Amino acid sequence: MTLPPFQLLVDAHWHDVARLAAALAPPGEAQDVSQQAWTQAYAAYPRLRGADNLRSWLLTITHRAAMDAHRARAIRPDPVTELPEPALAPATSAAADSSASADSDPALWAAVAALPVRQREAVALRYVCDLDHATVAAVLATTPGATRRLVSDGLATLRRALAPTSTDLAPSTAHSPAHSPADSPADPPAEDRS
Amino acid sequence: MTDLTARLRSTLPAAVVPPTFPTPEIGYAVHDTSVGRLLLARRGDDGPVIASLYLHEAATGQGTADGHDTEETALTRIARTTGPRILRRAAAFDKVRRELDSYLAGARHDFTVPLELSLATAYQRVVLQTLGRRVPYGARASYGELAAWTDRPKAARAVGTALGANPLCILLPCHRVVGASGALTGYAGGLAAKQALLALESRAN
Repeated sequence: MTLPPFQLLVDAHWHDVARLAAALAPPGEAQDVSQQAWTQAYAAYPRLRGADNLRSWLLTITHRAAMDAHRARAIRPDPVTELPEPALAPATSAAADSSASADSDPALWAAVAALPVRQREAVALRYVCDLDHATVAAVLATTPGATRRLVSDGLATLRRALAPTSTDLAPSTAHSPAHSPADSPADPPAEDRS
Repeated sequence: MTDLTARLRSTLPAAVVPPTFPTPEIGYAVHDTSVGRLLLARRGDDGPVIASLYLHEAATGQGTADGHDTEETALTRIARTTGPRILRRAAAFDKVRRELDSYLAGARHDFTVPLELSLATAYQRVVLQTLGRRVPYGARASYGELAAWTDRPKAARAVGTALGANPLCILLPCHRVVGASGALTGYAGGLAAKQALLALESRAN
């Protein structure tokens, strides 16, 4: 068993690690979290048994680094940054910030940041990283059924948070018919249209 | 406005930047020269150079038809010996690049960077060290001569194999070894590169 040269992992996965860190880290700490994840991965790498699924190994480390950052912040709370962003604030900035690149979606990510932590973790792992439910469940140390519910609840919360703002931005708020059933948490398959 | 899950998949939560690392066990860089593209590797940021390997100029992925390494296959070969902690370190190779460029411009006849033959077998090491000692700039030797100098006069073919696996191309001048008839035979960088290096060295004399 030979592990690939570490640089090949960095090239293939740094973007995913950075996106997951940005979705899960406390505000302003995304870059620290992904850097921390890579430092830990580099340290542990030669001792790793088995080269399959290096991507989910890296994403697991990133998830853990993000949760560590939240714990560290809870130990030394910062009264200013600890306040959650009001749900409406991102809408205003999204509408105002027309210079934002086509790839950015500040309203969406502010709403993700406002999700309850388990929902945020599940939604990020499932969609930001495109992991299947079994892998998400493994990372979160829970069951696939539980992650399906978390993802489904998370998406429903996101739709509610985004609904009033998207009316301002575009008339096409009414999602396609195939989409609306996913608003019901009791209908897990709808969120899984990959 | 696109569908929510598609937005989660395709948009960026924030500006993302690649990670940085302290000095790795093995650093490497790719260097384009007048005789071809080289992958250079060394221990740490200023340790001995362990590899100077010709790469295929265009290809990526799993090796190429003409036997040239790609960046990926070359790194994988190095990792088998050194372990997998290998990272790109463009800035750690400024001096090596300068010496190579100056050699290829005819302005320098030897190299001062420390070399290490950790990627060579014991016999390859003997052959390559003998080469370095006995065949100076501008000179040529045959495979048979080199075999005799390593006290294995019948091992011309083994010498050819050892030189063909030279992990330190140009830095250890295996291009100076030619067939007994003077024919160029083979070279990891291709016969055109070997021809160019020999022409360069004969011009300077």
